[in-house]
Amino acid sequence: MAIDGLERAGERTPALVAVLNGAGRILLDYGSLIALVIVWEACARLQIVSPYLLPSFTNVLARIWAEIGDGTLLVNLADTLRRALLGFAIAVVAGVALGMLLARSVTAEWLVGPLVSLGFPLPKITFLPIFILWFGVYDTSKVIMVVCDAIFPVITATIAGAQGVERQIIWSARNLGARERDLWSTIILPAAAPQILSGIEVALPIALIIAVVGEMMLGGSGLGGAMMQSWRFADSVGVFAGLLELSVVGFILIRLMAAVRRRLLRWHAEAQPDLV
Amino acid sequence: MTRLRGGIGLLVLALLWELAPRLGLVRMDTLPPLSAIFLAWLDLARSGDLWTHGSASLLRAAAGVAIAIVAGTVIGIGMAAWVPVRIVFRPLMEAFYPVPKSALIPVTALWLGLGDASKVTLIALGCILPVAIGAYNGARGCERVLIWSGRSLGAGKLRTLVDVVVPSALPELLNGVRTALALSLVLLVSSELIVAKNGLGYLIGFLGGSGIYDAMFAVVLTIAIFGLIVDRLYLRYVRSVLSWQ
Repeated sequence: MAIDGLERAGERTPALVAVLNGAGRILLDYGSLIALVIVWEACARLQIVSPYLLPSFTNVLARIWAEIGDGTLLVNLADTLRRALLGFAIAVVAGVALGMLLARSVTAEWLVGPLVSLGFPLPKITFLPIFILWFGVYDTSKVIMVVCDAIFPVITATIAGAQGVERQIIWSARNLGARERDLWSTIILPAAAPQILSGIEVALPIALIIAVVGEMMLGGSGLGGAMMQSWRFADSVGVFAGLLELSVVGFILIRLMAAVRRRLLRWHAEAQPDLV
Repeated sequence: MTRLRGGIGLLVLALLWELAPRLGLVRMDTLPPLSAIFLAWLDLARSGDLWTHGSASLLRAAAGVAIAIVAGTVIGIGMAAWVPVRIVFRPLMEAFYPVPKSALIPVTALWLGLGDASKVTLIALGCILPVAIGAYNGARGCERVLIWSGRSLGAGKLRTLVDVVVPSALPELLNGVRTALALSLVLLVSSELIVAKNGLGYLIGFLGGSGIYDAMFAVVLTIAIFGLIVDRLYLRYVRSVLSWQ
């Protein structure tokens, strides 16, 4: 059973073999993706599937290029990112603060703990119509929806991280004269950082998903809103262009987050986990 | 103790919810009192709206999740066991992982229209990934010694896969399924809110649009509580399945 054959490619090899290896690796790493694009293009060009259901890849790229040219992409991108990242930032700050509080204070745990364990598995998106009723159809309800969905992974990860800090470290710090205040910033937060960051990494894609749903429901431009607009006008090139744009945005955000994690945890001896 | 505490907290919340609109602290139509919501729920249940829309939603979610679980498990385990499968699917998985799953809503609506097929496809597509990732990571983490022992005791490749690799992948696989269950409800509700002609999400949008807010709150709470119960039942199921650990 070859469970990890690919890992062998990492060993040292002579130059020519290395080049061939590199080419092989690219084919191994991206081959099926390239094949998918080729099949997509061929299906569309040869009219195997109607162009309404599957517009050709090159047409979609041309549309994205046009949207870059006339600035609509930039405007929509800014709208979506503003909502997703604002909600995400609030969720991170509030989530870490709440999680810390819940982990360290018995009273807070008593009051808010059950609500958190109840709210975590709840499909919070169902509350969107209620938020519309309360906060209107503009950015407020979209951002609040993003916060509501993204905050729970952060809270639970922070609690787990803070409670997992080794007692000895805390005792030593206390012994060396650290006050409760110092303990938080210099001991508990750094020690819990890997887990907190994992929670934040879960929250980021959620923030994007929810921001897109909000735009699809409420309009107000943005990449999700633009996709729905295209769908209403049966403009399938526009729909696929939106899908591709959002995928690239998601990809970049996740990569950025991973880079932030590596930068913040440079001092930490964790093995970098694989994406999949 | 925790359960009691949670009960008290909920009771206080319910009381506040009932009293705040009645005392005029918030407007009646922005937050109907809990009792009015309950009455509206009874009305919906009696008229049958709740059941027809509810069963439509439930069938969609169940079909989508079932497809995702089967396909995701097969892909994930296959990727861990056979190099060609991994070469084909790993790049696809890495490419589709960052796609915000909700962006598929207009795409499936474009392909399959407003009915069941588009929702089932959406949920299946969205939920395959967490299941496949769980299955792949779980199967990859299977101890080689166990596989070798299985093989040396005379089990064939397929037999080893089913009897050794799948059980040892189960904890992570089941965790992936939990993520998929949560995601399926999100995708179901949002797609029904945005593009549908029936289902609970549609009912919420319809009631909200007609200004019947107590009934809208009733449906929202129904879905929320349903999601909560599904998650709790699933956790209990996982614990009983993994009791051998």
